[in-house]
Amino acid sequence: MSTHAIRRSRGEQAFSVLNIILLALLMLITAYPLLYVVFASLSEPSLIVAYRGALLKPLGLTMDAYTRVLQNPMIAIGYRNTLFYVVAGTALNMSLTCLGAYALSRQNVMFKRPIMLLIIFTLFFNGGLIPTFLLVGQTLHMADTVWALIVPTAVNTINLIILKTAFESVPVSLEEAARIDGANDFTILFRVVLPLSLPALSVVVLFYAVAHWNSYFQALIFIQSRDLYPLQLVLREILITSNVESMTTSVSSADTFEIGQTIKYATIVVATLPILLIYPFLQRYFVKGALLGAIKE
Amino acid sequence: MLAPVIAYYVIFHYGPMYGAIIAFKDFSPAEGILGSPWIGLQNFQDFFGSVYILRLIRNTLAINVLDVIFGFPAPIVLALLLNELTNQHFKRWVQTITYLPHFMSLVVVVGIMIDFLARGGLINNVLGIVGIQSTAFIQESNWYWILYVGSSIWQSVGWGSIIYLAAIANVDPALYEAAVVDGANRWRQMLHITLPGIMPMIVTLLILRIGMMMSVGYEKTILLYNPSTYDTADVISSYVYRKGVLGMDYGFSAAVGLFNSVINFALLFAANRLSRRANQMSLW
Repeated sequence: MSTHAIRRSRGEQAFSVLNIILLALLMLITAYPLLYVVFASLSEPSLIVAYRGALLKPLGLTMDAYTRVLQNPMIAIGYRNTLFYVVAGTALNMSLTCLGAYALSRQNVMFKRPIMLLIIFTLFFNGGLIPTFLLVGQTLHMADTVWALIVPTAVNTINLIILKTAFESVPVSLEEAARIDGANDFTILFRVVLPLSLPALSVVVLFYAVAHWNSYFQALIFIQSRDLYPLQLVLREILITSNVESMTTSVSSADTFEIGQTIKYATIVVATLPILLIYPFLQRYFVKGALLGAIKE
Repeated sequence: MLAPVIAYYVIFHYGPMYGAIIAFKDFSPAEGILGSPWIGLQNFQDFFGSVYILRLIRNTLAINVLDVIFGFPAPIVLALLLNELTNQHFKRWVQTITYLPHFMSLVVVVGIMIDFLARGGLINNVLGIVGIQSTAFIQESNWYWILYVGSSIWQSVGWGSIIYLAAIANVDPALYEAAVVDGANRWRQMLHITLPGIMPMIVTLLILRIGMMMSVGYEKTILLYNPSTYDTADVISSYVYRKGVLGMDYGFSAAVGLFNSVINFALLFAANRLSRRANQMSLW
């Protein structure tokens, strides 16, 4: 590659510079909205509303919006519920997906091919929103219960395929050796297959957990009790339908709009922070998962 | 060990497929799926005769066409540009930042959009500095397609580039060495080696993307649209949501959904056929 570098013509150098500028611009477009939200959330409400232009730092510095957000009982309830949905949901996801992926990754499983076909078919065809809505809500009586948010999405087909592919790469000889030592299927799964598939397992856990954290639609159609609202549904009220009344009660009506604005920004930060914090550490797992998911069955 | 997973698929995937027969019935929850009377194709006829059908199909197609034209090439271009970077440290930064929006929830992304695009929001403030009059973008049906597709690109371009970067990494290095010996500069290498090297991947993904031409997700649509933009924003899936979940017109909306599912499946099936013939790559 050294000749490669030396032979760079003037045109190539110009391209390199242009390329760096373009990509830096892309980073700015991607990151600036998030930075703006952080800056605005820390700013004085009256200053931010009067300000015209792009922010490069917070205007003034106050944690007032955060205090209000954290004191809002709905945010606390949403956080608590979402944590529950993420943990319980992912646990159910992983139990079912691991069992299924293991069974489907073994040779000599009866009807393996037709079962696989029936599973893959669901990627491309489904009964539609309304039949699902009626099945979960009315036939199974899960409406307005936590079950509606974790059971209907218990297995994700792409994740199932990722794990099945990973389990298939565990050498059959190890399984045979364990079997000679008297191990049954469960022992083999837990003692042999799972420990040898940790990278794929972590990818799938992350995909499931992020999906639970970000999901709002299931809750929108199935949950009526505010006690069961996940964080995203609380966010939807605050951000999309602009309902910040519960957090501006002690404020004179003239200031409500201004404080409402910074409360929105603080809410976004509070709701996105967990993902932003873990993301840099987990990025390589996610990337691995993006590629695993793209591999066809 | 397979039993729980099979039970899950039977109940939650094949159950709704069975339930979709309400599309052919005058369904009422009290009488149930079996008890409700058959009405043949009445629900479908109602949909085909409705004043909304052309608008729904036009919007669904328009958003997809714009996304294929602008959204599809974006991650390819990004991957090619990233591949030309010699500074690995900078490259990792670009990747880290651009992958990030993929993990943000739709509620947050649309929430930020609504806020930034409002009168008095960030975008109008900045435009105001250069003397452009403020627009209530979110209320303007003319802006909806651009906003929908643009924000999708913003959210997915980085993540989408991963698969192309992996394909680029798989191109045989000997080809580049030979090209350098032949005097090819970087631009020629990109054009004659990298691009042909990832072409099978591009063609396959393009064909599969075209197989999804009739689907636009309701999850983002119902957050981003509002009655003043229904004219350009309402798509088949959001119409099903409004009619069925909100309007409780179950049989009719199940019929609209089924119509959409069947078209999607047929498109994808045809696309997959094509992909297999074009370069021996297929989904199944």
